[in-house]
Amino acid sequence: MQELLQYFFSGITNGAIYAVIAIGFSMLYNSTELINFAHGEFVMLGSMCMITFVGVMHLPLMPAIILAIACVTAAGLLFERLAIRTVKHPEHIVLIIITVGASIFLRGAGMIIWGKDAFSIPPFSSHPPLDIHGAKLLAQSIWIIAIFLLTSIGLQLFYKKTLTGKAMEANAISKRAAWIVGIPSRLMVTLAFGLSAAMGGVAGVIISPVTMCSYDMGTMIGLKGFCAAMLGGLGSLWGALIGGFLLGILEAFGVGFVSSGLKDATAFLLLLFILYVRPGGIISSVDVKRF
Amino acid sequence: MLTITTCHPLKRIITLVVACLIITSPALAESGKAPYKIGGIFAVTGPSSMLGDPEKKSMELAVEQINKAGGVDGHMLEAIIYDTEGDPSKTVMGASKLINKDNVMAIVGPSLTPTTLAVMPMIQKAKMPFISCAAGNKIVQPVDPWVFKTAQSDIMAVATIYGNFKAKNIKKISIITVANAFGESGKEQLRAQAPSFGLTILKEETFGATDTDMTAQITKIRQDNPEAIVCWGTNPGPAVIAKNIQQLGLNIPLYQSHGVASPKFIELAGSAAEGVMLPTGKILVAGLLPDTDPQKKVLTAYMADYKNKFNTPVSGFGGYAYDAVNILAAAMKGSNGDKEKIRAGIENTKGHVGISGIFNFSPTDHNGLGQDAFVMVKIVNGKWELMK
Repeated sequence: MQELLQYFFSGITNGAIYAVIAIGFSMLYNSTELINFAHGEFVMLGSMCMITFVGVMHLPLMPAIILAIACVTAAGLLFERLAIRTVKHPEHIVLIIITVGASIFLRGAGMIIWGKDAFSIPPFSSHPPLDIHGAKLLAQSIWIIAIFLLTSIGLQLFYKKTLTGKAMEANAISKRAAWIVGIPSRLMVTLAFGLSAAMGGVAGVIISPVTMCSYDMGTMIGLKGFCAAMLGGLGSLWGALIGGFLLGILEAFGVGFVSSGLKDATAFLLLLFILYVRPGGIISSVDVKRF
Repeated sequence: MLTITTCHPLKRIITLVVACLIITSPALAESGKAPYKIGGIFAVTGPSSMLGDPEKKSMELAVEQINKAGGVDGHMLEAIIYDTEGDPSKTVMGASKLINKDNVMAIVGPSLTPTTLAVMPMIQKAKMPFISCAAGNKIVQPVDPWVFKTAQSDIMAVATIYGNFKAKNIKKISIITVANAFGESGKEQLRAQAPSFGLTILKEETFGATDTDMTAQITKIRQDNPEAIVCWGTNPGPAVIAKNIQQLGLNIPLYQSHGVASPKFIELAGSAAEGVMLPTGKILVAGLLPDTDPQKKVLTAYMADYKNKFNTPVSGFGGYAYDAVNILAAAMKGSNGDKEKIRAGIENTKGHVGISGIFNFSPTDHNGLGQDAFVMVKIVNGKWELMK
């Protein structure tokens, strides 16, 4: 029982992080049908900004978090303005390759700015871990889950209650129809880029005390987030949540009951299986097209 | 008139050639002998740059010092260094450039075991004296006549840790290793040497090099209460493990490998580094060594020179390249650039006091280090402390 709980805690902590990243992927896909392979690098930027603001400049926690997320959002907007909007023939494959290029560029820039070493910052609060039936729930895990809940509730409210959010959703459903009723679709795309990058920033911020941050951390974690988004159903907010948690918990139980050497394999095998049974993911909101 | 105009260009060419000869000849006369070219291939950038960067710098430092002292038999050394980025295919490209284009006499590096293994077939074919800076045992076992290495091997690191267990009467351990060549090689040795020290390995777990959380593995290890945990990996993974062990409130001593023997580990793990024990080369604790230690003088001189030249504190890894270049330069003496003679010279090196230990090479031992190359240290109050 104690082990089971511990695996579960480990799983939901990682799962919340994967879910936040998956939401970023889904959000952008919804508005632009684009997979941003530089998304993992936005996570890296978020973490490294936290390292700079907390570890080097010793800012208080809240301003540091807000500043870090703002920086990543700005980077996302800049990326859209400079690399995506300027493309003459915006075909999907071209844009996707641009995002791959951007990820390499951002990793290189990260290496030049922060160096090649790994860094770490202390947890957000120094409470001792909670003891639940012998299993330890870390204070940072509670922070991660709380921040994750806040962002997803915030996003849900934004999409359902505000005019801008509704306009974004309309634009995602049908660009043409949205254009006819007077929604500025280009602005919506820019906004989607900014929000998606901000989600990457959030993931980077909450993960920075848990793990060791370095310029090359984005690739693997981005890939895991992408898998989570695929697993849940690309383009769906709920799908991203379910996919993220499922992947995290599967990984933890894979370690516990199968073998730590097969950790990634267990999770990815299940992913393959689910995609085989339900090609659109668990919650399939989009029609699946084959290339 | 006509004769002059046709003659003029020719004259000009002749003057040019003569001028060229005049300009270049003093340079030739000054150095006297052509420089000896030696190649270096290190992971200067990329994820393993913490190894390759200090190695490159140390090679430059060693070459500069040797040249200042008059070179090798009057020949200056010239280092040609390529970056491998820790990538085996780039390493092979770099090595082939060194062999075919630059015509070097010997090669130092690469920094990693996988990259070293990737270039070894090529080295054997080219009959090139080759001193690797990587740690894996597979490099020198079985012995290849042309391949040497200066880094301490896992065998000695494991033996040093296990010796400590024996002294403390620890019998049951669990191990957790990183899922890459370094971890696999460590796991192999941990398994192989356990019986001879009377140890039982209860659990063997692994972790990914960039994983963010290892509490699941540690929970699994905790189930059967081992007397000690041995973690085998390079930063940052082992620091995450130290943190997770602290967070889960485990009261089991943690032993790390020499792969994290750098101040960076203490910085990353923070308070979780307290009480962690690990084997390390003597460079990390040079200041704590007794004056009778034969390596102390060499170590302190190298550390001071490195700091003066590059204005960064010394790393534990640069010494591999520094030793390699010095051993190579000694072996080149009297070889006249003959590769077979250089090779034999390295193989016959005896009692070379280096950074990583005292080297005694032989036809059956191409690493040349003994058990004394490692000491056990413990982290106390964020500082290294020598263990007896």
